[in-house]
This record gives sequence, C-alpha cells and structure tokens, in this order.
Amino acid sequence: MLVAGVDVGSTQTKAIIVNENAEIVARGIVNTGANVVKAAEKAFQTARSTAKLEEWDVSYTVGTGYGRYKVLFGDAQITEISCHARGASFLFPNTKTILDIGGQDTKGIRINEKGEVIDFCMNDKCAAGTGRFLAAAADVMGITLDELGDVALQSNNPLRITNVCTVFVETEIMNHLSKGKKGEDILAGVHQSIAARSVSLLRRVGLEPEITFTGGVSKNRGMIKSLEEKLGLHINVNDDSQFIGAIGAALFALDRAKARHDGEYVQQEKIISAKVAAL
Amino acid sequence: MNNGKYIAGIDIGTRMTKCAIIDTQTGTIVSRATILTKHNLALASENVLNEACKNISITPSNVFYVASTGYGRYQAPMRQIQITDITCHAMGAKFLFPKTINILDVGAQNAKAIRIDENGRVMKFKMNDKCASGAGSFLERVAKGLELQLDEIGSLSLHSKDPQPISSICAVLAESEVINLVTSGYPVEDILMGTHHSISDRIVALLRQVGIDGEITLTGGITRNAGMVKALETKLGIKLNVNENSEYAGAIGACVLANKRLKKIAYERLHIN
Repeated sequence: MLVAGVDVGSTQTKAIIVNENAEIVARGIVNTGANVVKAAEKAFQTARSTAKLEEWDVSYTVGTGYGRYKVLFGDAQITEISCHARGASFLFPNTKTILDIGGQDTKGIRINEKGEVIDFCMNDKCAAGTGRFLAAAADVMGITLDELGDVALQSNNPLRITNVCTVFVETEIMNHLSKGKKGEDILAGVHQSIAARSVSLLRRVGLEPEITFTGGVSKNRGMIKSLEEKLGLHINVNDDSQFIGAIGAALFALDRAKARHDGEYVQQEKIISAKVAAL
Repeated sequence: MNNGKYIAGIDIGTRMTKCAIIDTQTGTIVSRATILTKHNLALASENVLNEACKNISITPSNVFYVASTGYGRYQAPMRQIQITDITCHAMGAKFLFPKTINILDVGAQNAKAIRIDENGRVMKFKMNDKCASGAGSFLERVAKGLELQLDEIGSLSLHSKDPQPISSICAVLAESEVINLVTSGYPVEDILMGTHHSISDRIVALLRQVGIDGEITLTGGITRNAGMVKALETKLGIKLNVNENSEYAGAIGACVLANKRLKKIAYERLHIN
C-alpha cells in the first residue's frame, strides 16, 4: 500500500509518498507560484515520477499547509501544525519543541512524546522572522536563497540589523553595502536577527529540548548555526527537515488508509460470514 | 547676477530627493525638481539641486543658501543648515495652505501626523517608522506584485466599484495577497482601491492620535497618488489640502525656515551694530 502527503506552503509545495511500513519511497518539491492547485498536482506528480508510480498506485492522500484545501485530489486535510508535529517526532523521536520557519510564517510548536500538539504560537502577521525576510535580503544582495546561509557563515564580525520590517531591512542592507560593509557580515546580522525573533517565539510555547527545526529555512546552514548559538543547544535537522510537514501528512494518510483498509476487510468478512451463515 | 536672491531647500527622502528654490524677493517658489534617491545621498542632493537650477537657467553658485531636510539631511555636502523633516513639513504645509492645522506626511518609509499652532509651530506629532504597513513602501510592494508602475496605481484605483479588502498588514505579505486576489479573478482596480483603503485606516489612526482640529494638509510622495487621496478623504469625511507642490512641502518648508533664519540674523546684526 502506498499513501501520500502533500504540504502546500506559501513558497514551496512538497509531496511525500510512503509505503505501508512508513518508509519514504518518493519526494517531490516545486515552487508554489500563483496557481496553488497546479502546484499541488505538480509536486505529487514529481514524487510519483521519481518512483515510477501512477496516480492509482497511491491509495490515500492527505493535504496540509496553507493551501491544503487546494489539493483537489486529496482525501483529507490536516493542519500543518499537526503534520509538523507528527513528522518531527517521526524523524526525531525525542522532539519536544518544533521550530517551523517557512516562506511566510514562523511557528513554535510544543509536543508530547506521542507527537501530539500541546501548545503552539505563530507569527503570520508580518514577514519579519520568516523565510521572506531572508529572501528579501538575498534579493538585495544579488545572491540566491541557497547561497545565503553559507555566505553568512564566512562572517567574523556580524553587523547588527536594527530594523524589524522586511521592507526597511532591504534599505538598511543597501545602506550598509553603499558604505562598503562586507556582504557576509551583513548577512550574518540578518540571520542573527531572525534567530533572536525565533527564539523569543519558542520561549512563548516553552522551550524544551530536543528541538527540531522544520520548514524551508531549515536548509540554511547559517540559520542553523545562528539558532544553535542563540539557544546554546543542538537542534535536530537533516535532509528531510524541509519535508517534515508532508511526511506528517503522509503518516496520517497511512493511518487512515489502514483503517479504511481494515474497515473494508471487516466489511467483507461480515458479508462472507453472513453468506456462510445463510448456506 | 541675481546673487543673494535664491534659497534652495533639499529634502532627501528614502525614495525620492526633492528640491525647491524660492526667490526671496518675491517669496515665491520659482523651481522644483525631484529625482530618485538611490544609494548615494550626497550625489542625489547635488543632482537634484543642479536639476532645479537648470529649470530656471541658473547654476548652484547662484543659490546663496541651502537648507537640507529629510532622513539624508546630514549627507548634503552643500548645505548651510539642516532642519528636521517634521519642522519643515509643518512650515511647508503652512506656506502652501495657510489655514493648515493638521499635517499628514506620508513618505516611502514612514508616516507622520503633525498638529501645529496658528504660527506653524509643531505642537504634537506621531510617527510610524517601525514598519512599512502605513507608508508608501506598502504601495510600492503591491504595485510590484501587480506588475504595475507606482505612478499608475492611483488613477487606476479610481475606477473601482467594489474595493476588495486587503487583510495583510505586512507589505511583504500583502504583495502575495494581491497576487492571489488577481489569480482569483478580482479586477485590478478593486484590489488597488482596497489597498488604498487599508493603508488609509492605519494613517487615519495615526492622525487621530494627535487630534484632528481643522484643515488637514497632505504632504509627501503619497500626494501623487489620487486614489490614496480619495481613500483618505472618504475615511475622514473631509477634503484634504493637496496640490502639485504638496510633494515638495518638506523642501519648501526648508526654504521658508532658512529665509526666516536669515532675516532674523540680518535683523540682529543690524541692531547689534
């Protein structure tokens, strides 16, 4: 049996296909863009084609993320908070606190040992402290989002970024650049500024190790370093961290598909035993 | 020739640098110029002054006194004096519209609400410079999201019949929100008017904090946007003072204040000698 989780984020859409043993068999990731419905289809298709699967091979799909209701082929929708919790405790079973930094929002989630959500808080009012803040910085510096963290890691003398507003930070960066400040020092300052905001968000839900970092920004090594320095703690991250929401969704899909499967089986058994009894 | 006649005011904003030249003999504005500020503030101030001088066929050497204002006021190398933007906008607004009591100055990166007395002195002011939610940058972001020029969104929005509310307060998130509204099929003019209403809400809240007591004069780059002016007037239920000089209010105020200062110095010299 194969099931899927599709996490439609504001910036990127992730799809994960798992088998009945909860092993990941395929991943797909595309930029969300303006057409959210299409992005969900494309991410799912990308994942299927890497594993050479057809649509009917996947028996249950759960949509999550801000665009979960746009996963038109989905069988169910589950909030990204539950999915991140489930996915994080699957990848890192000792997870107690989750920091999810996505394209447009940042969430702090506290979970119990079963991977259930106890508390969460989020910033979705403003781009400060989210991936968009980093994207804006990368834009101004003329580098790609993927290079950003590595450039910041080269800094020995991080500058202090004083603005909170993303729009104003762009101007602040331009001013630093025009004064001849080093790009890596500016970017290190940008990372520290987001780290500070993320940590204060985590404190609001209660900061308990282990901490697992999820969302698109978890790919950024400069961000991981800044967060670990600020927290004085190690944070869990691996190559699949960005997919944690989709993984959680796929695991929920697996539960439901199994239940449905079991349900069908029980139903069939009932019919058979009824027929047997009638004989 | 004409030495000792012209005073220039240069207002170096985060987006635009404005210059006004007044003729002290007639007390009138004789030239104006505006250019994009970009990174080099000193260069911007020099270029805008050259431009303003060129308009009336003089050179900067014919300008005997330069007052600078705005966030980049300390960067203008030719300045004789720098004056804070709040004082300049108050004075500029008073010069343009003598009955002004309240001033709303909305620039690219901040919004200011000012209450002045009958002499043009600042009594109270409130400012939002923490975030772009109530400033021109918000419009810039939305324009970018809609792939429109900043200068065309105002007139476009005036065609709106059913303004679409914009729920994002953050300029960066609003950019995405408007893109989503476009893909959902809402007309561009309705999205734009909705944007103008949403910014107006925040600006009017700022104005209420200083108290609305009479004629309101709008200054700053926002005055170029007819849709924004309409949205503010709808929200406030009164007409706002705006004309083609409103964008230059800071620079004009700098000229007026410089002129006052020079007269005062001349007067004192006369009496001391």
